[in-house]
Amino acid sequence: MSDRNSSATIPLLDDTETTLSAAEIAGIDAEIAHAPYRSAVAIDALKIVQAHRGWVSDESLRAIARHLHMSAAELDGIATFYNLIFRRPVGEKVILLCNSISCWIKGCEGLQQQITQQLGIGLGETTGDNRYTLLPVTCLGACDKAPVLMVGEDLHEDVDAQTLRQLFDNSGGGA
Amino acid sequence: MPTITIDGVHYEVEQGKNLLESCLSLGLDLPYFCWHPAMGSIGACRQCAVVQYQNAEDTRGRIVMGCMTPVSDGAIFSLAGDKAQQFREAIVESLMLNHPHDCPVCAEGGECHLQDMTVMVGHRDRHYRGRKNTHRNQYLGPLINHEMNRCITCYRCTRYYRDYAGGTDLAAMAAHDHIYFGRHQEGVLQSEFAGNLVEVCPTGVFTDKSLVHDYTRKWDLQSAPSVCTGCAVGCNTMPGERYGRLKRVHNRFNAEVNGYFLCDRGRFGAGFVNSDKALEYPGLRQADGRYRALDHHEALLRMAQQCAQGRVAGIGSPRASVEANYLLRQLVGADNFAPGFSDTEQVLVSLALQLQADSAALVPDIATIESADAVLILGEDVTNTAPRIALALRQSVRNKAYELAAELKLETWQDAAIRNLAQHQRSPLFIAAVADTPLDDVATQCLYLAPASIAALGQAVAAGLGGGDSKAATDNAAGALPRAIQAEAAAITAALAGAKRPLVIAGTTCGSAAILRAAAEVASALCSGARQTMLCLCVPEANSLGQAILAGPDAPNLTTLQQRASAGEIDTLVVLENDLYRRGNEAQIDALLAACSQVIVLDGLDNATTSAANLVLPAANFAESEGTLVSLEGRAQRYFPVFQPQAERRAAWVWLLACLKEMERSEVYPLHHFDDITRACAADIPALAGITAAAPDLHYLNLGVKIPRQPARYSGRTAMRANISVHEPKQREDEETPLAFTMEGLNRDQPGALLPWVWAPGWNSNQSVHKFQTEAGGPLKGGTAGARLLHPGGSRNRTNTRPVAGDAAAENSGVSGAQPGLWQLVPRPRIFGSDELSAMSPALAELVSPGFIELCPADAAGLGIDTGDGVEVGDQLATLELRVNDSMAAGCAGYGAGLAGTGNLRALARVSLRRAETWQRRPGLIASDRGAGPGSSHV
Ligand code: SF4
Ligand code: SF4
Ligand code: FES
Ligand code: FES
Repeated sequence: MSDRNSSATIPLLDDTETTLSAAEIAGIDAEIAHAPYRSAVAIDALKIVQAHRGWVSDESLRAIARHLHMSAAELDGIATFYNLIFRRPVGEKVILLCNSISCWIKGCEGLQQQITQQLGIGLGETTGDNRYTLLPVTCLGACDKAPVLMVGEDLHEDVDAQTLRQLFDNSGGGA
Repeated sequence: MPTITIDGVHYEVEQGKNLLESCLSLGLDLPYFCWHPAMGSIGACRQCAVVQYQNAEDTRGRIVMGCMTPVSDGAIFSLAGDKAQQFREAIVESLMLNHPHDCPVCAEGGECHLQDMTVMVGHRDRHYRGRKNTHRNQYLGPLINHEMNRCITCYRCTRYYRDYAGGTDLAAMAAHDHIYFGRHQEGVLQSEFAGNLVEVCPTGVFTDKSLVHDYTRKWDLQSAPSVCTGCAVGCNTMPGERYGRLKRVHNRFNAEVNGYFLCDRGRFGAGFVNSDKALEYPGLRQADGRYRALDHHEALLRMAQQCAQGRVAGIGSPRASVEANYLLRQLVGADNFAPGFSDTEQVLVSLALQLQADSAALVPDIATIESADAVLILGEDVTNTAPRIALALRQSVRNKAYELAAELKLETWQDAAIRNLAQHQRSPLFIAAVADTPLDDVATQCLYLAPASIAALGQAVAAGLGGGDSKAATDNAAGALPRAIQAEAAAITAALAGAKRPLVIAGTTCGSAAILRAAAEVASALCSGARQTMLCLCVPEANSLGQAILAGPDAPNLTTLQQRASAGEIDTLVVLENDLYRRGNEAQIDALLAACSQVIVLDGLDNATTSAANLVLPAANFAESEGTLVSLEGRAQRYFPVFQPQAERRAAWVWLLACLKEMERSEVYPLHHFDDITRACAADIPALAGITAAAPDLHYLNLGVKIPRQPARYSGRTAMRANISVHEPKQREDEETPLAFTMEGLNRDQPGALLPWVWAPGWNSNQSVHKFQTEAGGPLKGGTAGARLLHPGGSRNRTNTRPVAGDAAAENSGVSGAQPGLWQLVPRPRIFGSDELSAMSPALAELVSPGFIELCPADAAGLGIDTGDGVEVGDQLATLELRVNDSMAAGCAGYGAGLAGTGNLRALARVSLRRAETWQRRPGLIASDRGAGPGSSHV
């Protein structure tokens, strides 16, 4: 589609716009090789870039969209649909605290309060030292071990106050 | 026809429809949100729930969605049952959880589908006491307002914007109760059809920004049936007025022309009516060059006097009505009447008319264009010249999907299923153009060629189909047609030959008679066998075709008039609604005007020509007057005054008729009313005989009464004049049309040409249009507006063709062969700005681009210039900003036709180009800025 606004300003490619790194492009292109068309790998591409950058900024998103020959709006619709594609910066580790039915019965609300006390962050917040971001999640698929949470890549089962103290006490977190 | 049972009553319904459509067609009020007659069903909103019973014994039944349920013989439904009603009420209540209670400050209020449905389902008491979600709104440009809190997540906006109109910059973001319909970042919505969101969204999320800022409720708007003057498509509109100002333009349904949708030039371009350049009083130029305001009568006397003395010539206008042009032609005589085209355009429009009239191919209306299963576009960038056609073509490429669906016995309204099924498979659409066009994204293939090569491509395809002039084609294949394109020509030939309903489109914009002829040749070569072949030749303005018919092929052109004037053969020149400086180069028009001792101009807006006049008469605009326009498909359509002319403006036909009477010209004695002129013109010009059928005449009464321009709830008639007097004056009688400037009368089931607004009990929104249709989505009960003048399918005598005068000139300029050091000028029109009047609309002002020149990278590099630099065109013809465009054909220089600074540039002229040394680059431009070529991003 031609640029309707090309009159007053011509804001097409901005010099400050990011580009994808060689590693990111290689990863995405490997996915494209198996796909019927480029935009089919949108989710994988978002995950690849997030793996490299921790989160997907507007600039990163536009760079991916250009690489996949799709519009930024379309890709943003996909990116924002999935709550594990982070469209805002997160800490080094993301705490995913399950608040779905089994974990709720087994007291996830208490766990959340304790985390907030220990780390000084509420849901959706990041510690001042940028180590942790706390996010709720709906079921981690380990309901038999409820309550559960993930810290980074690690799943912690049958979590109680004790587990949380061990996990975060010496972390020096807090806002 | 299947028989179904609804709440115990048997109904015959149409096979292949869904239950929701069928209910609406039967006049049963079944609430809905996400279904749209032009976009089908997806079952997203759950509002159209009904109970379906297995059989007569089933007493429980189950809830189904009406819009997703095909009607089948013997099916039993309940709309009124408690279960269905409670479900529908619960749906509205759930939609209202996060919906603000802000109807009083919402621009949709009073014509809101959500309000209507809420009342219809009987939902009254909210039980939810929690916080409502709120969203940040986005700036979406100068045309459309965004208020996301009002969203009910029906998905109509993205389905329309992306799926139907091909827009890429609006999407559904996030999920569940955070869902957000907007852009990736704030900014101007890029689709040329974005304005339809205002009518598609059932709530107040997307509203018309000009209306929001100058607000009047629908029930307080005075409206009349009108026709868009933005281009030659002739979309039907319903402009709304209050306080003498045009407040907004809404779509007026016409099953054969615009359906439910307008383009943004049409919707927002009509704002020129409110422009501060509108002329209010007659003016007489005095010796010191200034204008003195004249009283209406004195102005008329002067005009009559000057027209009675000496030799008089007239220049009409393709943007003025048939009637006004006809009277001017009567005033000056056919030999002295120039239709007001540029010289080339005069040749080309006549040629387009002749080719269509002579063709055995069908001249399609817009709805029929949607049925094409293979399309070839030669040269014309329809998105920017006849935008509504581009929207129709975006639907035509889906015929492949419908074919696949038919194999699986999927009904066409199964929107999500069919889109999923077809994915990226489309019917063939081939575009040959000088550079990229906004339709390229749905094209099978785009070929960027110089005009002569486009014509040669057409000839080669025609020859491949066994028609056309095969010798010319062979010659061209060797010459103008690049070898690399020959394979493409073969592919196009094959695709067209394999189609059942092939369509060939070309137009006058490229300035090439050869392209028009080539298109006609392709069409005629296809006119064999069982194919339904279509030929659509676009012309530029609202009444271009009518003007070509009226003036005839022998009418003098501007150059002839200028020569006569310079030879002292013209004393008085009357110019009707035409800025001549857009028609010929400055020097020529200066010479013409200077050579006439009196120049009388009738026009609505101040422009270069009115500034050069001796006597100016302010002409009413389309919203203040009546007239007939002939669209590019040869459809004569009538527009009616929405409100009375403001200040001293009068319809041009009123001025001209009064002048003729003042001159005691006996032939106009029998003419008293507007209709009399239409009839006289129809009697006089056989080819225009059909114009009287465009709409009923002023004697038409709807069950004994006139048709009201004001809805029954029109309020504050006294208050709105209270600053002048608290006494409400008698409403002015309309003595010219079947409409009345009041709320009294009957707006129901009248002919489609007379529909001023839509409303039905319980249906305050535009969705009420289905109450005026024979069936939901079908044609209007009173008949489709407009009368076709061109007999589609070439029922004319095909042997009686006569070469159009001056054809050779236009033909020659299309001759190929690059000349060293010269570039061929090729028009690159823009939807905003290329049309004279819409460019004056305040809403569009910031979207109108300054003039520009486009070159391919190699040509730009050869000149040592890049995007943002200045280019001097020819010998001081123009100095314009360069945009490098990767797709531009080499040797061609695209120019923003109709935009500021391009007045002296003519299509196909060969010009020199060089760097403009004194040019100041605009700030903020960097070297990598490019035109939107295929290599660049639109993000
Ligand atoms: S913005 Fe309007 S059209 Fe879009 S989903 Fe919301 S209510 Fe529907
Ligand atoms: S396509 Fe032409 S006639 Fe239709 S709304 Fe647009 S400008 Fe008006
Ligand atoms: S509910 Fe917590 S893991 Fe399933
Ligand atoms: S209209 Fe049927 S589900 Fe929305």
